[in-house]
Amino acid sequence: MSKNVAISVSEVSKSFRLPHERYSSLKQSAMHIFSKRTYSNFQAVEDISFEVKQGEFFGIVGRNGCGKSTLLKMLAGIYVPTRGSVKIHGSLSPFIELGVGFNPELTARENVFLNGAILGLTRKEIEERFGEIITFAELEEFVDQKLKNFSSGMQVRLAFSIAIQAQSEILLVDEVLAVGDSSFQKKCFDVFRRLKKEGRTIVFVTHDMTNVQEFCDRVLVMGEGKKLALTGPDQASDLYNRLNAENDLDEMEQLNEQSRWGNGKVKIKSVEFLDASGKSSRVLKTGKAMTVRVTIEPTKEPLPLLVGLAFYQADGTHIAGPNSDGVAISSHESKIEFSIDKLPLVEDTYYTTVALFSQKSNETYDYIDKGFSFAVGGVKHSFGNMALFGEWRAK
Amino acid sequence: MDTAVTAFTMPLFTHTPKVEINASRNYWSMVRELALTDFKLKYQGSFFGYLWSLMKPLAIFGVLYLVFSVFVRIPGSDIANYPVYLLLGIVLWNYFAESTNNAMRSIVDKGDLIRKVYFPRIVILISNSISALITLLLNLLIIVVFMLIAQIYPTPLAVLGFFALTLELYLLCLGVSFFLAALFVRFRDFAYIWEVALQLLFYASAIIFPLSIVPGRYLQLLTLSPITQIIQDARKLLISPATITTFDSVHSWLHLIPYIIPLLLTIFGYLYFERAASRFAEDV
Repeated sequence: MSKNVAISVSEVSKSFRLPHERYSSLKQSAMHIFSKRTYSNFQAVEDISFEVKQGEFFGIVGRNGCGKSTLLKMLAGIYVPTRGSVKIHGSLSPFIELGVGFNPELTARENVFLNGAILGLTRKEIEERFGEIITFAELEEFVDQKLKNFSSGMQVRLAFSIAIQAQSEILLVDEVLAVGDSSFQKKCFDVFRRLKKEGRTIVFVTHDMTNVQEFCDRVLVMGEGKKLALTGPDQASDLYNRLNAENDLDEMEQLNEQSRWGNGKVKIKSVEFLDASGKSSRVLKTGKAMTVRVTIEPTKEPLPLLVGLAFYQADGTHIAGPNSDGVAISSHESKIEFSIDKLPLVEDTYYTTVALFSQKSNETYDYIDKGFSFAVGGVKHSFGNMALFGEWRAK
Repeated sequence: MDTAVTAFTMPLFTHTPKVEINASRNYWSMVRELALTDFKLKYQGSFFGYLWSLMKPLAIFGVLYLVFSVFVRIPGSDIANYPVYLLLGIVLWNYFAESTNNAMRSIVDKGDLIRKVYFPRIVILISNSISALITLLLNLLIIVVFMLIAQIYPTPLAVLGFFALTLELYLLCLGVSFFLAALFVRFRDFAYIWEVALQLLFYASAIIFPLSIVPGRYLQLLTLSPITQIIQDARKLLISPATITTFDSVHSWLHLIPYIIPLLLTIFGYLYFERAASRFAEDV
């Protein structure tokens, strides 16, 4: 089926050599001519392979700095891969950003011709489409105004209107829709739908999972320059959300000053969160099963334990505090689990406090305050602080 | 597949990456728009517009003429039609100086474009050279006026020869520009180096003084420079047959050297530039 391939990327890597000291002048170069230069190699993209089919709406997602822009620049031909090859079948839009080459000192009309030429249109083609460009951008009254007098929204509108005229079979789109008001954004999406219908191949880099789910056929998820997954839009947005959440959790735990006290007769070794499938995960789902597993260091003498948990929202609101009062738990066991069938927490990040007390006296063995965190991926359109799993009935 | 195939691959052990550009795209409209924009912006907001590009060589001419042929009176400045002779030298020199200076900065100045759009980087240099050529053609109009005043009417063959020299000068500028533009991306020192080099070349190119006052040994050296050769040949063709040219001072096959230099500079400059160009987006 290689006939239908629009872009094929095979084993592409890109590294940037960052000299520890950059010699931007001859003197510096000359002075260091005999000393061995040290470089750190920054691997921006590592061994990525994929194919984009003709007519496909292909998404690339990943956190900032994961190498997606570098990859896009290699597709556009702006960067040359360090290793591997990129093959493009068909004409390709050579730009990754809108309004490149716009000059504030020129009028809108002059900028249309300049930008159009940069994107590969001939003067004749631009003349033919000039009216259409200006109408789409809603700038009829400002054609002969200098661009420097335009608002940023007007500039983006103009840039987008020119860009969609570039009649290439493959379009590269890098988060163009961050600017512009909502009515113009809607127009942009209409254009995307039209292009998709026309069978144009679109490579779309974005952060917005709603866009991914609406438009993309397949999605490449990147992390630290590597390919994490190449899947459908739903799985991709799940993965992306999980990556984001994990990162947020790490930051949260770093920020949170952990406090731990207790006499240490029994000690908490680790705390895990298990999802519905029983796998350890820090991202859980509203309405699905969840288990908190506390692992302790077993003691020689069995001590009767009272295990307490406390759940807090990210802002510190205490929302629940279950404990094992009335359940016989001995410090002989190493794993203690607290299970919920349907998690009533909504989309947010949460802290958990875990504490071990004596069942008989007031002794506190171990107390870790807000030491563990997890995120909940929610059900869309839920309001308030918790989910109630009730049933609606009309009589 | 009826569409062109574009491929960018970089084999492990070679320095020049294989870059196949979509053959269906024509970059001349981009060259033209960039050159036009350059020219438009240069004099925008000034009252006299591109008249200023005519004023500059005239002003330099006025000063040099006063100093060297009225106050100091260098020997030899009494050659026929010395004012036009001097002005032609200044106009051609100005073209060389401005064209190379602008080209040197052009890649860095267009950094935004280079980081975000793919196009053959040579487009920038070609459009730059064309915009400089427009200024040269306008300046040559003053030469025509001066020649009419001085009642110099060159033969059609001489005019044709002059255009051949303009082409040689164009290639010389382009060749030098290839090196300067690529080097300037990595070493900003070239801004200062080239400023000094231009000063030296200005005096080495016999623009303000006639070559007849230069002692023999130096004369040979000076006339081996393609700039001197072009200016002297142009003066001989258009203005004063008495002008000393490379053919007059160098009596062996060596007199071909200044004609070969622009060609070699263009070829090797192009190769060097293309090799460096694949990294411009990272280095700029």
